[in-house]
Amino acid sequence: MTLLSSLALHVGLPVLGLALLLTLVRLAKGPTIADRVVALDLLGTLGISVVGVVAVAARNAVYLDVAIVLALLSFLGTVAFAAYLERSR
Amino acid sequence: MRSVILSAAARLLFPLLLLFSVFLLFRGHNDPGGGFVGGLVAATAYALLSLTGGVSSARRVLPARPEVLVGTGLLLALGSGLPSLAAGRPFMTGLWAGFALPVVGKPGTPVLFDTGVYVTVLGIVLLILFTLQEEDEA
Repeated sequence: MTLLSSLALHVGLPVLGLALLLTLVRLAKGPTIADRVVALDLLGTLGISVVGVVAVAARNAVYLDVAIVLALLSFLGTVAFAAYLERSR
Repeated sequence: MRSVILSAAARLLFPLLLLFSVFLLFRGHNDPGGGFVGGLVAATAYALLSLTGGVSSARRVLPARPEVLVGTGLLLALGSGLPSLAAGRPFMTGLWAGFALPVVGKPGTPVLFDTGVYVTVLGIVLLILFTLQEEDEA
């Protein structure tokens, strides 16, 4: 295991896990729906980062395609949420 | 919903997403990917168009109605099993051509089956999506 992949595993993943927890708090508390949508979007972005860090830790580029599809879906989900909020207002 | 940024981004992203979906389709034989994921990614490309410009603009770009796509895909997947019957082997045995195409590799019946899955998934997802959205717009 190289320095980079062990750094990704032992530093990158815990930091991202902490960020995920904090985002979950915002998702649960979020006073307005907009807060929750932004939290959900951030959750997706953090998920993409987790996949990227796992790709570095596992030294396997195939994981990066998972990150691409995840980025695509979370982007589309946020856009759909925004359209829904705009219409229901 | 009118957003200049979103519609400009959708116009740029649409061909890129279709290209990525075809890449996933052809890579599925040896690596993660395949017809199902490829079809889903292609469906998200059309979903992006229908979110920015309404269902009608997405339908204009689609080569056939989603119902037709579902039928075509199922026929394609079924048809991929027939060449092996003609060759006297069990149904759906993979047969490959004796030559190799550049980039894609040897053409064979499995890629035909995967293309059928791709077209079917694209059709079904768009059928559900367009129906829901048109109900919402009406």
